[in-house]
Amino acid sequence: MDYDKLGLMMGLEIHQQLNTTKKLFCPCECELTDKKPKYRVLRYLRPTQSELGKIDRAAFEESRRELTFLYDAYPHHTCLVETDDEPPHPLNQEALEIGLIIATLLDMQVVDEFHTMRKQVIDGSNTGGFQRTGLLAIQGHMETPYGKVTIENLCLEEDAARRMGQRKGKVEFRLDRLGIPLLEITTDPSMKRPEQVREVAYQIGQVLRSTKVKRGLGTIRQDLNISIREGARVEVKGVQDLDSMEQLVKNEVLRQLKLLEIKDELQKRDAQVEDKIHDLGEQLKDTESKIIHKAIKTGGKVLAIKLKGYRGLIGKEVQPGRRFGTELAGYAKKMGVAGIFHTDELPAYGITSLEVEIINQFLEIGEEDAFILVADEKDKARNALEEVQRRAEMAMEGVPEETRKALDDANTEYLRPLPTASRMYVETDIPTQVVSKELLGYVQANLPELPKEKEARIIDGYNLSEDLAHQLVRQNRVEQFEEIVAECGVEPTTVASLLAYTLKELRREGLDVENLSDSLKGTFKLLKQGKISKDAVSEVLVGVLKENWTPEEAAGNLNLLMLSEENVSTIIVEIVSANENLITERKMGAMGSLMGMAMKELKGKADGKLVNKLLKEEIQKYLQ
Amino acid sequence: MSYRGRAKQFLESQNISIGDMISIKKETVKYRGMLLDRAEDADQLHIVLKMDSGYNVGIAIDGAEVELIDKGEKPEINLPPLDIQRDPEKKDVSIISTGGTVASVIDYKTGAVHPAFTADDLLRATPELLDEANISGKAIMNILSENMKPEFWVQAAQSVADEISGGADGVVVAHGTDTMHYTAAALSFILETPVPIVLTGAQRSSDRPSSDAFLNLMSSVAIAKSDIAEVTVCMHSTENDNQAHIHRGTRVRKMHTSRRDTFNSINSPPLARVKEGKVKIIDKNFHYHKRGECQLEVNDSLEEKVGFIKSYPGITTELLDYHIDKGYKGLLIEGTGLGHCPDHLIPSLQRAADEKIPVVMTSQCLYGRTNLNVYSTGRKLLTAGVIPAGDMLPEVAYVKLVWALGQTSQREEVKKIMQTNLKGEINEKSSSKYFLRDYGE
Repeated sequence: MDYDKLGLMMGLEIHQQLNTTKKLFCPCECELTDKKPKYRVLRYLRPTQSELGKIDRAAFEESRRELTFLYDAYPHHTCLVETDDEPPHPLNQEALEIGLIIATLLDMQVVDEFHTMRKQVIDGSNTGGFQRTGLLAIQGHMETPYGKVTIENLCLEEDAARRMGQRKGKVEFRLDRLGIPLLEITTDPSMKRPEQVREVAYQIGQVLRSTKVKRGLGTIRQDLNISIREGARVEVKGVQDLDSMEQLVKNEVLRQLKLLEIKDELQKRDAQVEDKIHDLGEQLKDTESKIIHKAIKTGGKVLAIKLKGYRGLIGKEVQPGRRFGTELAGYAKKMGVAGIFHTDELPAYGITSLEVEIINQFLEIGEEDAFILVADEKDKARNALEEVQRRAEMAMEGVPEETRKALDDANTEYLRPLPTASRMYVETDIPTQVVSKELLGYVQANLPELPKEKEARIIDGYNLSEDLAHQLVRQNRVEQFEEIVAECGVEPTTVASLLAYTLKELRREGLDVENLSDSLKGTFKLLKQGKISKDAVSEVLVGVLKENWTPEEAAGNLNLLMLSEENVSTIIVEIVSANENLITERKMGAMGSLMGMAMKELKGKADGKLVNKLLKEEIQKYLQ
Repeated sequence: MSYRGRAKQFLESQNISIGDMISIKKETVKYRGMLLDRAEDADQLHIVLKMDSGYNVGIAIDGAEVELIDKGEKPEINLPPLDIQRDPEKKDVSIISTGGTVASVIDYKTGAVHPAFTADDLLRATPELLDEANISGKAIMNILSENMKPEFWVQAAQSVADEISGGADGVVVAHGTDTMHYTAAALSFILETPVPIVLTGAQRSSDRPSSDAFLNLMSSVAIAKSDIAEVTVCMHSTENDNQAHIHRGTRVRKMHTSRRDTFNSINSPPLARVKEGKVKIIDKNFHYHKRGECQLEVNDSLEEKVGFIKSYPGITTELLDYHIDKGYKGLLIEGTGLGHCPDHLIPSLQRAADEKIPVVMTSQCLYGRTNLNVYSTGRKLLTAGVIPAGDMLPEVAYVKLVWALGQTSQREEVKKIMQTNLKGEINEKSSSKYFLRDYGE
């Protein structure tokens, strides 16, 4: 695909959880819990007007779904602030400071006075019906090999509640995540290449990692804004890994191109969406389609609409394995129905060709016309078809602005319309806060070491390889490394390689290596004192983790303590005398085989250099 | 506008007013957005800009250069008046708004939540009310409930009475929650009512999607249509958004600063529960006045000069003497335990009795009733003429004393009124059912 010609533009939005002791607006800890909730709170949400008297379109659409929200709550893990039964406490200053550090590292301009806003979100993910957020800094810059990128905004905001599931119009959330401080970093939409987006994401990630941010799954989330010249801005939520991003961009561009083709064809055919919603209960009363049969039996309706000029286009593929019909169904499903039936896939699903013919006749479907069928409770089915009509109308205009969700197969699916600025109004419960020159000065004078700087410093200071240094930085183990080296006096490369590689292997074996801290030092002290060999370190640690031994106990119990030179010597004398023939035959050439035998017997209990030296002496003695 | 001092000068010198699109250039940064007004209590060194993204930021005027991009009109919420057709099949319910969180909106000027809602706004925000009844709305005052005064109780009572004599089948009073239980008690004593009078409010303001106002209003309208012809308070009964309790106006108290189920009936069960629009009486043994049982009557003379004093270990006689010196006509004491105060106050209480000032004793325990015969202090208080209030809540007894002194100035007469159950405020019998605590044990 020629992205330049298509006018591809991308922007990146990164959400990073901060590792503060308290949440942004209450004193609860910032940890998730898998404990069974003690109680549940049931709530509804209704859209409200902004201070300018407007209702946000995303909020309005969400409200049409009439969902019930259930929140998992705890007596100690969560508090009344999360259940929206107590006003927010003052802004967490630790989070604000971390925000200022990041803003400075990203070369951004910090606002003079921070205003907490309410961003209306009524999908239930926030108990108040809004996310608290504030603009902290603007206009940063980042150099990339593909050109300069502007970091538009840095916002400090609260994370949403964790969605646990949905059952029959009831959406379940857990309050543990609600209120964890987040930084939202947004670039301008100037990026033209997926590689550039990756580079920017990587660089921002590096900056974030230099401060107190959370690590691990779900603690950083990326959204991507994508548009092509003739298309529209689409915000793709939850781009999990940057490796699949290229395919995702490709699929989204493809979708926009296909939607544009559909638009052209619809205009050519002078297509039209008819308003009327028809009841097909009579026509389909004896159908064998299980879905329709069940809907009718349980008092529901089979409703249909006519789309003039849409035949063939609904079945047109817009992304690998996804059709324009899937787009229409996405809108319908938002109203709670399981899906839609459309002309281009029928007869199928138990709907016979005779029934299709009957429907065609009843709706006066012409050669180029299509129909869409929904079977469900009356209101749901009607709302769903109204949504399909709305989406079908948009198809004549081209690509709609949407928020979409990234799928595992690098496709995207419809979530909601893009929100408007009308969803923002002031959070009146939090006073505005002046960012003082003193605070900013303090932050600027105490900036953390950036990962790149840290890497360079330990390569220089400890004579580490680039790869080792990089691994230590990536795994956030530099501090631990420096502490062990300083305290135990062991050769830095040995420590680094254990931390960077051996621990990773042990973890892969299912051992909890994060609990090692003091035992690590104990083990390295044994090494320094010559009580164990380098080779024995990993085995000692396994003993510590599996059996709960001290490093000394592990070394003793596993028979890993080094032998004295005398004992080593005795064993070597034994080996030499058992292999006199070999030595007579090969002279010093027997060294290799004998060394192998010696190390096998002495593995982990004697230093290889010592064994080598003693063996050489003993062979020479024999040969003389 | 609320800009003052330097910020005001700065804006005026550039001929910039609220609602204008402006750009502000500073040494290293440039902002673009619409000028918003600033809270009255904020400093005068910053101006507020709404950026295109919807975010507000404060910008220090120090070193700022401002440029007008577009002269804007000050945005206002300006909605057309409602045109509602009356449905003869439905009951007529009047909603009277006095202000407070249930009827509040963000004030564009200050950014604060303000009681600026009209009854029309209420309907616009909650059109579902119209499915339940013919609603006529009226905003009679616009104050936060902490600013309520006895004279406003009278004003509210008269408006309610006007609605009833105008044919309303029930009246809902939207009220701030802080002193809702005082107003509820006041309306209970002032009015004899043939129809339900329901006070309701919200703990989360109606400008937020999670406001409790919707359920409270819907449930109140259900009660206004019911046969419970008493003054009641209708609010959430749990933290959930699916049911409300109806409390008798003389038995209810705000018990939590912020929870939506803040109102509890004390020494009594709630009258009823409303769930999905259906009203269910909670205790069948509980007598209540039914629709049409009595004629509308307004007894609205009050005596505002009543003192409300809480007894505490460090209290001195000065507090009592001050009220007596200042000519207070009655004193309500929130005593400790069974209804006590330190016995060094007794000479001052005796003085009040000598000056014919009724002194009424309630308990800060809230739950349970006074009994001044158990301890010697209590008996001394009785001898000094103190009037025990039984199981009446302190706030209710205060309101009742304000009302009783409006009806008569005779101390003996006041005593009789205070000790007679008029509106369910006194119950002779205490039930073990009415004392709640839940530690999740």
